[in-house]
Amino acid sequence: MNSRERILARIRTAVAGAPQVPLVPSRPAAAATGREIGLFAERVADYRAVVHVVDPGKEDAVITEALARRGARRVVVPGGLPQEWERAVRDHPGCEVVTDDPPLSAAELDAVDGVVTGCAAGVAETGTIVLDAGPGQGRRALTLMPDYHLCLVRAGQIVAGVPQAVAALDPARPLTWISGPSATSDIELDRVEGVHGPRTLEVIVIR
Amino acid sequence: MSGTFLGMPAFPGNAAAAVRDSQLRFNLHKATRTIRGKRAAVVGELPDWGELRAAGKEIKDHTLRNLDRYLLQLEEAVTRAGGRVHWAADAAEANRIVAELVEATGETKVVKVKSMATQEIGLNEALAERGVTAYETDLAELIVQLGDDWPSHILVPAIHRNRSEIREIFREKMAEWGRAAPEDLTDEPRALAEAARLHLRERFLSSKVAISGANFMIAETGTLVVLESEGNGRMCLTLPETLISVVGIEKLLPRWQDLEVFLQLLPRSSTGERMNPYTSTWTGAAEGQEFHLVLLDNGRTDVLADEVGRQALRCIRCSACLNVCPVYERVGGHAYGSVYPGPIGAILTPQLHGMTRATPASHGRGISELDASLPYASSLCGACFEACPVAIDIPEVLVHLRAKAPHPRSERLAMRAAGWIFDRPVRLARTQRFGGRLRRFVPGRLPGPGAAWTDTRDIPDIPAESFRDWWDRTEGSTR
Ligand code: SF4
Repeated sequence: MNSRERILARIRTAVAGAPQVPLVPSRPAAAATGREIGLFAERVADYRAVVHVVDPGKEDAVITEALARRGARRVVVPGGLPQEWERAVRDHPGCEVVTDDPPLSAAELDAVDGVVTGCAAGVAETGTIVLDAGPGQGRRALTLMPDYHLCLVRAGQIVAGVPQAVAALDPARPLTWISGPSATSDIELDRVEGVHGPRTLEVIVIR
Repeated sequence: MSGTFLGMPAFPGNAAAAVRDSQLRFNLHKATRTIRGKRAAVVGELPDWGELRAAGKEIKDHTLRNLDRYLLQLEEAVTRAGGRVHWAADAAEANRIVAELVEATGETKVVKVKSMATQEIGLNEALAERGVTAYETDLAELIVQLGDDWPSHILVPAIHRNRSEIREIFREKMAEWGRAAPEDLTDEPRALAEAARLHLRERFLSSKVAISGANFMIAETGTLVVLESEGNGRMCLTLPETLISVVGIEKLLPRWQDLEVFLQLLPRSSTGERMNPYTSTWTGAAEGQEFHLVLLDNGRTDVLADEVGRQALRCIRCSACLNVCPVYERVGGHAYGSVYPGPIGAILTPQLHGMTRATPASHGRGISELDASLPYASSLCGACFEACPVAIDIPEVLVHLRAKAPHPRSERLAMRAAGWIFDRPVRLARTQRFGGRLRRFVPGRLPGPGAAWTDTRDIPDIPAESFRDWWDRTEGSTR
């Protein structure tokens, strides 16, 4: 008997005679309140991320300004980023735009100052952004190696809570749930922003 | 280290030593109090916490009851998504599988993201024996690895080290393992984190193989889930060409939608945050990576066979029970002598080692002194049960394990005698009167086997007259 058979047999012996436990049905998600956008912005800011809430069409100027303020010189943009956003990146004077086509090596990505992406969903209750490596987001390493991540979230992508997000996302895609910048509390429980992921997270919410 | 730290003495000895370490007690007190406060605040935010907790318990119980079926479903889903599934009955087999997978890549260096399962099986040591170096990448694990000691908390493994100790460790040891710490390194947490970032960045960029654990596996989709804070997990899961995940068979959830419960329970219970900074999920071979999943039993099916003890398999390793435990707060994690410290360790370690096994078929492993002492590392106050997000009744399991632990002959005799005396009121009255007359001769400390008891307790004074006699003498019943 191989280990697979042995483990399965041991499980069957172990639970034989134990009563069945029903699987609880999916829990009804709390209804949307209409306050999601404000709550999302508030909760993202709680993680010490920089948050802007802007009207549609106004995000381009904010992108250019943010990159200028940051002093980012080499910025990577994923394939499928809306053209206006990419143009806004190019509008930042002295900025070299890098694309991931052909794919950049990890070392090349490490030499980039920042990355600009969209997202797959935003969770108001927890201030979480979810990326699913889809268009305008890039593969996972793109939002990991650079020290600065500028992320754009459209109002329609923001859901009330974790249950709605889980229901909306596709498990077949690699997902990254981001709640604030990388952080550690390993040294005397003092929270320090940033160990390996981007140390600065800036979020533009489009109303 | 195979489950327990080798040669660890029993809990009471470790505890006595730890309690004398005032720095450790200060760190622990500060840490546990801080996390307790944060946890209470974010748990209080969710009006349906009680329902979430009940759902978490039921989903886990259902999964454990049908574990065979769900493991097969998981295997099929992972395989369909391009991953390979391996089954390991015990630590030795898991270590051998991982070592062979690493050797097949031709690499001699691997990066690791903190995983309790790989600590439980002593993977780093097993790999080292075969010439493979495993680099820990979690900041706290790095501190522990460079300092050549043991983790002491599930979540903040280096909780026993303060900032100046960490600076010394970095200055002395980083160069041996890779990029040296900067000359002018201060003990500011920010500077220490920066040093770790630079030290590990080189490692991530050059590593071709990573080893991880997982917080959850989804049977229906074959998805694995890792929650973390620092981004070292993302580095390990994303950059290397080959990813090997070693996961205990109890980490399973039936459906993708079940994550809605556990992604709320875990971060709030563990770090006291609404959500941890990073959660990664992937299904099979993601983004062209080679993916191997090693399913680990290593005593879990024995725990599953114990009707009372099996609830310990619901554990999602949040560490809430550690942070509320008055015993843990005073003695710290090392006293528990295992990778699983605190209340959960007190019930999990002895069970994984086979303490509740009815037959002597304990795979040649006898019951160690440490395992036998762990169920007593508690005052049964019940705080852990209340804090536990999957409602594990830790005190119930502790009492159950105490009953199963071997008891010394002297204790069994004393208990039998006590039973005989309490059985009849007249016997009790006579014994009390006899004791009252001899009260002057009772020593402050007991000799012989009773000494262990009086080491930590005072013998109560025996009154000259029992309540029963006083009641009769003062004609209490006629009042
Ligand atoms: S026993 Fe409960 S409280 Fe303790 S670590 Fe496990 S899940 Fe958390």
